[in-house]
Amino acid sequence: MEKGKGVMGSCRRWAVDFSDNSTAPSSRDIPDPPGFTRASVDQDDSAVSRQKKDAESNWKAQKAWEVAQSPFKNLLMMGFMMWMAGSTVHLFSIGITFSALWQPISALQGVGKVFEPYKDNKVDLLGPKLLFIALNLGGLALGVWKLNTLGLLPTHASDWVSSLPPAQEVEYSGGGVPL
Amino acid sequence: MPITHAFLLFFIFSSLQPTLSLYEDQVGLTDWHQQYIGKVKQAVFHTHKTGRKRVVVSTEDNVIATLDLRRGEIFWRHVLGHNDVVDGIVIALGKYVITLSSEGSILRAWNLPDGQMVWESSLHGPKHSKSLLVMTNVVIEKDNVVIIFSNGRLHAVSCIDGEVLWNKDFEVESLKVQKVIQPPGSNFVYVVGFAASSHFEMYQINAKNGELLKHESAAFSGGFSGEVSLVSSETLVALDSTGLILLRIRFHKGNVSIQQTPISNLVEDSLGPAVIIPSSIMELFAIKINAVTIFIRVTGTGKLEVVEKANHETAVGDALSISEGQQAFGLVQHAGRDIHLTVKLAHDWGGDLLKESIKMDQQRGLVHKVFINNYVRTDGSYGFRALIVMEDHSLLLLQQGAIVWSREDGLASIIDVTTSELPVERAGVSVAKVELNLFEWLKGHMLKLKGTLMLASPEDIAAIQYMRLKSSEKSKMTRDHNGFRKLLIALTRAGKLFALHTGDGRIVWSLLLQSLHKSEACQHPIGLNLCPWQVPHHHALDENPSVLVVGRCGPSSDAPGVISFVDSYTGKELSSSSLVHSVAQVIPLPYTDSTEQRLHLLIDADKHAHLYPKTPEAIGIFQREFSNIYWYSVEDDNGIIKGYALKSKCDGTVADKFCFGSRELWSIVLPSESEKIIATVTRKLNEAVHTQAKLIAADQDVMYKYISRNLLFVATVAPKASGEIGSVTPEESWLVVYLIDTVTGFVLHRVTHHGSQGPVEAVFSENWVVYHYFNLRAHRYEMSVIEIYDQSWADNKDVWKLVVGKHNLTSPISSYSRSEVVTKSQSYFFTHSLKAIAVTSTAKGITSKQLLIGTIGDQVLALDKRFLDPRRSVNPTQAEREEGIIPLTDSLPIIPQSYITHNLRVEGLRGIITVPAKLESTTLVFAHGLDLFFTHFAPSRTYDSLTEDFSCALLLITIVVLVAAIFVTWVLSQRKELQDKWR
Repeated sequence: MEKGKGVMGSCRRWAVDFSDNSTAPSSRDIPDPPGFTRASVDQDDSAVSRQKKDAESNWKAQKAWEVAQSPFKNLLMMGFMMWMAGSTVHLFSIGITFSALWQPISALQGVGKVFEPYKDNKVDLLGPKLLFIALNLGGLALGVWKLNTLGLLPTHASDWVSSLPPAQEVEYSGGGVPL
Repeated sequence: MPITHAFLLFFIFSSLQPTLSLYEDQVGLTDWHQQYIGKVKQAVFHTHKTGRKRVVVSTEDNVIATLDLRRGEIFWRHVLGHNDVVDGIVIALGKYVITLSSEGSILRAWNLPDGQMVWESSLHGPKHSKSLLVMTNVVIEKDNVVIIFSNGRLHAVSCIDGEVLWNKDFEVESLKVQKVIQPPGSNFVYVVGFAASSHFEMYQINAKNGELLKHESAAFSGGFSGEVSLVSSETLVALDSTGLILLRIRFHKGNVSIQQTPISNLVEDSLGPAVIIPSSIMELFAIKINAVTIFIRVTGTGKLEVVEKANHETAVGDALSISEGQQAFGLVQHAGRDIHLTVKLAHDWGGDLLKESIKMDQQRGLVHKVFINNYVRTDGSYGFRALIVMEDHSLLLLQQGAIVWSREDGLASIIDVTTSELPVERAGVSVAKVELNLFEWLKGHMLKLKGTLMLASPEDIAAIQYMRLKSSEKSKMTRDHNGFRKLLIALTRAGKLFALHTGDGRIVWSLLLQSLHKSEACQHPIGLNLCPWQVPHHHALDENPSVLVVGRCGPSSDAPGVISFVDSYTGKELSSSSLVHSVAQVIPLPYTDSTEQRLHLLIDADKHAHLYPKTPEAIGIFQREFSNIYWYSVEDDNGIIKGYALKSKCDGTVADKFCFGSRELWSIVLPSESEKIIATVTRKLNEAVHTQAKLIAADQDVMYKYISRNLLFVATVAPKASGEIGSVTPEESWLVVYLIDTVTGFVLHRVTHHGSQGPVEAVFSENWVVYHYFNLRAHRYEMSVIEIYDQSWADNKDVWKLVVGKHNLTSPISSYSRSEVVTKSQSYFFTHSLKAIAVTSTAKGITSKQLLIGTIGDQVLALDKRFLDPRRSVNPTQAEREEGIIPLTDSLPIIPQSYITHNLRVEGLRGIITVPAKLESTTLVFAHGLDLFFTHFAPSRTYDSLTEDFSCALLLITIVVLVAAIFVTWVLSQRKELQDKWR
């Protein structure tokens, strides 16, 4: 490509520009062929493309809703896994809990990216996005709840007092049985 | 190899059930065991046979042992009971050791080669008396006979089976028998003694049947005193009651004659009364006047003549027959740094058989006893070896002018132990004697790797094991990262300080304390206490740490005290002083001065408190905390516990600003007719407590431990029940236990165990106390636990308040302000009786605790504190199980694997000391009695370090291989990608 461009740029002899599709007849050197009305073609074309666009945006909206709902399945699976893992702290349950926390967070970070393909002027992405966020937040809540059932959240008084050093004593007394 | 964040390992390990036992090849890696016998009282050589030459000894710690004469190792050893004092030993028939013990009432025969007991017989008599054991050459019906005088009765016992052949009582009431003599080649024995302190009594008794042949007595108006010396088989030398007149008592052929010679006739400048050194040397005896030893010869005609006056410290040994009619005896004299060993013939003072001079370590003190033995040299002449017992209780064998071996038997009687850190390793200072070079290091790791990969041959395994045991790493003289290497400083009964290295148990230095040395001013010095005095760690690192030794001149509590300060690195006495006041208590205060010297209060018998160190700075610190310092004393003989505050001045006339008077604040008087104090215990001053909150996992609740240093546990029993177990019925016996706040005298808790009896052994740690006693109703030992919780903080439960720090949990607390406590307690049966009990202590107090129990079998058993949890119930809930609560059982389990002494015994176990290492998981355990035992102990496994057999080389190689593999695959993949692109 680069090479071709270089050649064309340096030693062009002649060229035909097919790319002109401007609609204004006045700006054209060559008149339209007889029987060709540019306006009708244009109109017809636009109707088709509108139909197409409608279908596409419908499809996009539908897809967006689907994507928005996808964490729900995840949620169910996570819930099942958590139930399987039990409430004692060991390698498995910790792994599951952290993945349950990490998945929604990473999903929430990439909300824009997830819905990027379905971006359209006509498609209202707010609903799916909200649903997506809500479901992921639900997943996050599930993870936090699991974390709590594992006893890893400092929600009890015991979690705050166990790091405190014992209180100093004011008085000191020593002694015992005489030697 | 500590890896503080080895989380993965932690998870793997925490999912395993902890086991405390160790593998066979781990024995001796961190533990060491030393065997001692104590101060030798009597020694009998056994060198006739061609077999292994040995010496049989009895010691003041009631030990009978045979030692190898070549190396001083113990062949066999028997530790008799606490009240089974050995009175005499003889060797009979060349194969039995016969011992008389327990005040002359038990006679035992032991097989000489292996120490098996052959027979035992008990001898009874009408009254308490001196016990004498005499081996005779009399034969009754083919039985060799040993004659014993004990408990006022003369017994003849067969050597073969211990049968009492005959016995004989003496009619004179007040007879005090001094000697039993069998003249050589005769069939009778003389029993001589004093009656009514002014009569000399002589009985001639037929040794075959106990028949009285003759009884003579002679009166001497001056009276007799002290010991007697035998100068021939029919002549004694004694002193009159004033100690100024020598009496030569001859009882030849039944005629008793007493000849008097005033000592002043013999010695011109005699000063004061004399003391006879008991001996039985032919025609010779020794007396001691003050510090001068005088040897006096008794000629055949009865004349006494002085042969030598020795001004130096002298020890005389007993006579040894070397040939027909010839006796030799050993004599050891001090001369400066040397000792002179002389062996002389009894009848010829001038002719020395042996004269040797041996350089002696000054830290061994004076020679106390000497035992000699002869052997025939290759040229037919006599050679002599001497076994000497020194002032520091050590035992040495001298032969051919050199010390063949020595035993530090002073370590058998440790009074007190403390620890000291080793010096910090500095750049350029190589302290390890043998540093491994790189090649050896590599070789070692290759061997280890082979071991891990199971490729090692038996020789390699032996080499690995040797390498592990002899690792120079553990016996270096510097501080290590894990805090395993320390100095154990022990004060022994002989007044000697020993510093032992925790790595291999060797003696780094020893010091015979001059302040605890017998002197004019201090006749019977005894060591009392050993405290760390200066522990530099922050701003005084240039100074060496030092220890304080507190002693006292004499056994009474008002005898003046002595203190000395000893450098822990060098073992030099920094200073020592005789105090003008007595020492009743030593109280280390929780304050240090700018050079990290700890302030100490020494309380004297008049209840004055003396502050040490005597510096203005110490006074300043002390004055600041003056109103918060209290002390208490437990007067266990009259059942009173008193608490005192300090007054700013002494009551005495002498102005001493370091002396403070005491003001009685409270007293607890226990009714003497129903309670007698038998045990008190407090928390260790230096115990680290991580947190005061105790989590109750079941309902996520918190209980606050009542953590106070000022708590005293007191156990009392009914006065009747203070004797032996089983001496009272359960109805008249009870055990009362108190927990007392020693600042206010407030009794926090009191519980009565009906039908229980002492002895009580207890240990106090954090907020709990565990004590051991005997339950008379159940006929079993019991262990009880009391845990104390503080109720006044129980409302600190609002999480948000805790998050923002609005709580009073860390504010200083006063004993006067709080009182609301709850206790939880529980009792369990326990199979063993105890000798000692201790608890593990770790650097930060995070690791769970285990009790260390010194069992009656002289072993140390680890028992998890969880077994002594008062919250144990028959059916714990799931949450409680997860918390680690064990279902309730009525008795505590004894798991054979949790003996931390594994198959060793610490004979005569007296104390267990735990010292935290720097590594949080590990505590250092030192058990002492006759033997010493040291080990590392991890109550919840070593979760913060890799195990010793972890192969570092394997890990390194794995990493290297992995990195190489990554690199190779990366190169390969690059190449492949390029090829794909060209396609």
